[in-house]
Amino acid sequence: MSGPNTDYDPVEVAAVQPEEVDAARDAALAAIAAAADLDDLKRVRTDHAGDRSPLALANREIGALPPQARKEAGQRVGRARGEVNQALAARQEVLEAEHAARILVEETVDVTLPTDRIPAGARHPITTGSELIADIFVAMGWEVAEGPVIEAEWLNFDALNLGADHPARTMQDTFWTAGEGGTESGVVLRTHTSPVQARTMLDREPPIYVVCPGRVFRTDEYDATHSPMFHQVEGLAVDEGISMAHLKGTLDHFASRLFGEGITTRFRPSYFPFTEPSAEVDLKCFVCKGVDPASCRTCRGEGWIEWGGCGVVNPRVLTACGVDPERYTGFAFGMGIDRTLMFRHDLADLRALFEGDVRFTTAFGTEL
Amino acid sequence: MKAPLSWIKEYVDLPADVTTEELTDRLTDLGLKLEAIHSAADGISGPLVIGQVLTAEPEPQKNGKTINWCTVDVGEANGTGEPQGIVCGAHNFGPGDLVVVVLPGGVLPGGFEISARKTYGHVSAGMICSARELGIGEDHDGIIVLPSDAGKPGDDAFDVLGLREEVIEFEINPDRAYGLSLRGIAREAALAFGAPFRDPAARDVPDANDDGYPVVVDDPVGCPVFVARTVTGFDPAASTPGWLAERITHAGMRPISLAVDITNYVMLETGRPIHGYDLDKLQGTIRVRRAAEGERMTTLDGNERTLSPEDLVVTDDSGIIGLGGVMGGETTEMSETTTNVLVEAAHWDAVSMFRTGKRHKISSEAGKRNERGVDPTICAAAADRVVELLVELGGGTAGPGVTVIGTAPEQPSVRIGYDLPERISGIPISADTVVANLRAIGSTVDADADGVTVTPPPWRPDITDPFDLVEEVVRIVGYDKVPSVVPREATGRGLTRTQQLRRRIGRTLAGAGCVEVVSFPFVGEATFDALGLPDDDVRRHTVPLANPLSAEEPAYTTTLLPGVLKAAARNVGRGAPGVALFETGTVAFPVDRGPAPIYGVDRRPDEADLPKLFEALPRQPLHLAVVVAGERERAGWWGAGRNADWSDAVGLARLLADELGTPLEVRQGARMPWHPGRCARLLVEGVEVGHAGELHPQVCVQLGLPARSAALEVDLDVVMANAAVVIPGPSFSSFPVAKEDVALVVADDVPAADVEAALREGAGELLESVRLFDVYTGEQIGEGSKSLAFALRFRAPDRTLTETETSAARDAAVARAAERVGAVQRA
Repeated sequence: MSGPNTDYDPVEVAAVQPEEVDAARDAALAAIAAAADLDDLKRVRTDHAGDRSPLALANREIGALPPQARKEAGQRVGRARGEVNQALAARQEVLEAEHAARILVEETVDVTLPTDRIPAGARHPITTGSELIADIFVAMGWEVAEGPVIEAEWLNFDALNLGADHPARTMQDTFWTAGEGGTESGVVLRTHTSPVQARTMLDREPPIYVVCPGRVFRTDEYDATHSPMFHQVEGLAVDEGISMAHLKGTLDHFASRLFGEGITTRFRPSYFPFTEPSAEVDLKCFVCKGVDPASCRTCRGEGWIEWGGCGVVNPRVLTACGVDPERYTGFAFGMGIDRTLMFRHDLADLRALFEGDVRFTTAFGTEL
Repeated sequence: MKAPLSWIKEYVDLPADVTTEELTDRLTDLGLKLEAIHSAADGISGPLVIGQVLTAEPEPQKNGKTINWCTVDVGEANGTGEPQGIVCGAHNFGPGDLVVVVLPGGVLPGGFEISARKTYGHVSAGMICSARELGIGEDHDGIIVLPSDAGKPGDDAFDVLGLREEVIEFEINPDRAYGLSLRGIAREAALAFGAPFRDPAARDVPDANDDGYPVVVDDPVGCPVFVARTVTGFDPAASTPGWLAERITHAGMRPISLAVDITNYVMLETGRPIHGYDLDKLQGTIRVRRAAEGERMTTLDGNERTLSPEDLVVTDDSGIIGLGGVMGGETTEMSETTTNVLVEAAHWDAVSMFRTGKRHKISSEAGKRNERGVDPTICAAAADRVVELLVELGGGTAGPGVTVIGTAPEQPSVRIGYDLPERISGIPISADTVVANLRAIGSTVDADADGVTVTPPPWRPDITDPFDLVEEVVRIVGYDKVPSVVPREATGRGLTRTQQLRRRIGRTLAGAGCVEVVSFPFVGEATFDALGLPDDDVRRHTVPLANPLSAEEPAYTTTLLPGVLKAAARNVGRGAPGVALFETGTVAFPVDRGPAPIYGVDRRPDEADLPKLFEALPRQPLHLAVVVAGERERAGWWGAGRNADWSDAVGLARLLADELGTPLEVRQGARMPWHPGRCARLLVEGVEVGHAGELHPQVCVQLGLPARSAALEVDLDVVMANAAVVIPGPSFSSFPVAKEDVALVVADDVPAADVEAALREGAGELLESVRLFDVYTGEQIGEGSKSLAFALRFRAPDRTLTETETSAARDAAVARAAERVGAVQRA
C-alpha cells in the first residue's frame, strides 16, 4: 500500500524511469520463463510481482510524480505489470499441467497384476445347455413345461401307450420307489421326460407347443457313457394339421440354431410306443459337415450323429390324455442333453458332468 | 440279431452289384437298424494256412502231459517250402491230416500274437489251431482236422473255415419281431431291392392225423396252436456239421448238440421257437394248462421255480415238464443219450410270455421271440423243418404221427383312408402307392373308393392301428422324403416367472464366485449319520427305492447337502485351496398316501381321479444348497486372503433374497449339520425356509472338509413364491442428510438384528437408514456385554433437518433400544 508522498526520495523516483521499468519487467519475464516448477514460480511471483517487487515499488512511486509524468509513468508501470502477470498465469498453467502429468506418471501401476481376489463362479453346462435349448424354442413361441422327477407310473408309462405288458417297458430299466411294506407304489423315478407330455395334455387344450428339459433316471451302471441319472429334452406339438413335415422343420431349425447354419437332420424308422410313425433323428455332423467324414472323430466316419428319437404322437396317447385324435395330431421328440453336450463340446467322459470338479465347470462360464 | 450274409442270401436273390453297405443302408432305412458289420475273422490276422501233418512224435513230459512234436508241410507259405516244426498238445490227428496252421506273425482273437518260441525242448514255429482258438466254436478238445479235399498245404485257410463270412448285426425294435429271423430279414432285403424272396417257411407239410403224440390244450387262448412231431432212431453221437455250427455261432448262439442246434437253427431261420423233448422220458398225454398257485418245477437251467396261475405250463403224467414257450423242464430235457425226439412247435400268447419271463426273470432267445409275437401260421412248417434236419443230419426216422391242435388266430383288419399317410407324413402319397406298399409288406388289401381295409400278414402282429399302416406306407416311400416345414408361429407366453427366477438365482450365485454342481440324489443312513442328523430328524424319512443301484444308498434324498459337501471334499482333495459350490434340484419327502392309481388308457381319467395321481407322489420341493469351504478370498499382492466362515453362507442367503426381492429374516438357529452356535435360521414371512452358517466341526472332519466350512440350504419354492413382483418406485428426498452415530452396549446374547429393529422403530419417519458398522467387546465394556456401533442417517422429505430434530430422533431411537433390549448408550 502506498502512503502519501511526503518524503520525496529521488532514488526511488528513479524506479519509474522507462529503463528501470523495462529492466524490472524483463527480469521478471526471464525469471518466469526460467521457473522450473510450481514452487519456483511461487518464489518468482513473490520476487517480481509481490508487494515488494521492483514493479510494485515503482507503482507506489507514481503518486509522487507531477501530474503529467504520473500519467505517463502509470501507463508504463501498469503495462509492465500486466505483462508480468500474464506471463505468470501462462507459466502457472504450463507448470500445473506438467505437474498433473507427472503425478499420473508417478501413479503408474502394473495392471497385469492378478486381480482374482474371489475366483470366478460358473453355472453347470447342463443348466446352461438346457436354457440354451429352451431359448431356441421360446423364440419360436413355444413354452417350457415341467414335471416332477418322481412320477406316477401311469404318467411315465401307461398314458404313453406303455402298458404293464409292453415289451418296451423293459427297454427302460426303471427305478421303482418302494411302497408300504414292500408293496408296489405305482411311483417311479421318471425314465424319460415324456410324462411331461402327458401332464401338459391333461392340463390344457391344444394348440400345445412345449419343450421340457429335465432330469431322468435309469438303472444303468455308471461309466464313461452311461449314468443312472441323465438329462433329456422333450418337445411336444399338438395342433390341427400337424405332420412329420412339421417335426422335420422344427428339428432342422433346432439343429441349425444349436450347431450352426446348414446343420440339418435326417430320420430313420424306429419304434417308440408313444409315437407312430416313429423315427430316430440323426444330426448332420457339425464338425465335418458330412463332407469328409472318413477322418472325422466326432461322427466317426458316419457324417451323421445319432441325436434322439421322435415321431407322430400315437393317437392312443392323445386319447389317454383327453385330446381328440380325430381333430388333432401331434409330434414329439426327445434328445439326451448330456449326450448332446458330450459331442457338442467334445467331452470324453460323461462322469465329468457329475463329479463337481470346478476345473471342469468353470471352463464353461455362466452361459453356453 | 446277428445274421450271416450268406444265410440272408439263401432266401433272397439280391442284385449282384449290391454291396453289404448298400444292403444295410437300405435295411436301416426300412427300420432294421444296422448295429455293426462283423467279419467272422474279427481278431484274426494271417498267415493262417492249411497244413499237412508229415510227422507227429509223441513226447511225454515231466508234468505228465504228452505233447506231439510235429513237422507240418505248409507249402510255400513259410517262404522256404521246408516243413514247419510245431509243438501241439492235441492228439486227435496224425500224419497225413490236413490242419489249420497259424504261422509266426499271425494274430489270434484276444490279441494273441504268434511267434516262433522255445517250448518243451523244441522251437515251435507256429500253432495248429482249434476252433476255440480261432473264436469260431467252442470245441477245444482237439485241433481242427479238415476234410481231405479241403485244399492243399499252404492254401489260405480263411475261406475254408468260413472266416470270410460277413455277419450283420441288427438292432431289432420291439415292433419288428419278425426281424428276429433270417426269414424276416431276407423278406425286408427283398422288399428293399424288389428282389425275389424264397420263404423258408413255405413248405409242404404232412396233414395232421390221429397217429400223432396225444396232446390236449386246456387253454387255447394261452396256446392257440400246438404242433407235435416225432423222430426216432436219432444218433445221439452225430455231430453238428460245420456249416450249421458256423451259422448259429455267427448268429450269436452256442452249439450244444446236434438236436439242440437244429431247433436253434430253425428258430433263427423261421423265427419260430421250437422245443425238443426226449420222447422216451415223456409219460402219457401232453397237456397245456395254466399252473396252479404255488406249483413248482425245475427248469432246464437247474432253477426250481414256484409258479403262478398266470404261467402256462406243459405237463405229462409225471407232472409239469415245461414252462410253455419260455423254458423247458429238466425231467424231459434232451441229453447226449437221446435217440427219440418229440418236436414241439407251439404258438403262445405274447402277454403271457412277457409276464412269465418277467416273473421268473428268464430271458431266453425263445422267450424274446414269443413275447414279441411270432407268426402263428408256421408252427407246422417249422416242426417239419426240424424233423427234416433231424432225419437228414442225425440219421433218425420221421414218425408217421402229426399232431396239430388249434388254428392260428386271425389278424384283425385295419382300415385307413387314402389320405391318411400323406396327412401324417407330409409327403405327397398317392392311393396307388398306399395300396402297393401295404401289399409289399405282405398284407391282404381290400381297396375301395375312399381307402383300404387291410389284413396284415401273420408275422406282423404289431400292426393293429391305422397309424401302424401309415408307418408301413411311409417307411417304404422313405423317411428321407419328409419335407422340412416349420409349423405355424406359436404364441407362447415365454418363460414362467419361476423359470426366470431360477435362472437369476444361478447367475447371482455364479456372479458371487460359486460353481454349480450336479449330484446324484441317492442317499442312505450313512449319509445322514455323516451329517450328524438326530434319529428323529425329518430328513431321515426318505422315499425308498425298490431297486437301488447300491444297497448303501437305497433312497431318494431329502437334502442337497450331501451332494455339494461331497463335491467340495473332492475338490479340496484334488488340491483346491478353497471352493464355493451350489446345486439346485428337487428333494423328496414321502406323503404316505398309498400307491398311485393305474387308470385305463381308453379315455382321459375322470376329473375327480386325476388329483389322486398327483397326490400320491412324494412332495418334491426345489432346494438350493451352497457350500463355501477353505479359502474364500485369495491372498495376493493386495494382502492376506480370507477363509470362508459362517458369514459367507448367511451372506449368500441375503444376497439371493436381495436379488429376488424376497423379505428374508435371519434368526439364531440350531440344526445339524451346522455348528450349534453358528447356525442361522432363515425365514420368509414367518415360514422357515432353511438354514445357513458354519458346519459342525465334527461334520467337517467326517467329510474331509476344511475347518469352518460353511453351508446353506433353502427351499427355493417358498423363497421364489415370495419374490417381489411389481416393485413400487421409491421416493426420496434431495434435502441434506443428517448423520448420527450411536454406540449401544447390550448383553452378549442380544441379537444385533433386535437392536437394529428397536432403533428403526424408535427413530421414526425421519430415519433414512441404519447400519451396524462395528462390534466391540473388551475390558471397557465388561464381561457379558458387547458394544454395537450404528450409523443412523436422517433426512426429511421437505426440509433441511435442524440439529434439534435430528438429536430428538436419535434419542428416541436409543430410548426404544433401551426399552426393548436394555441397550445403554456408551458415552
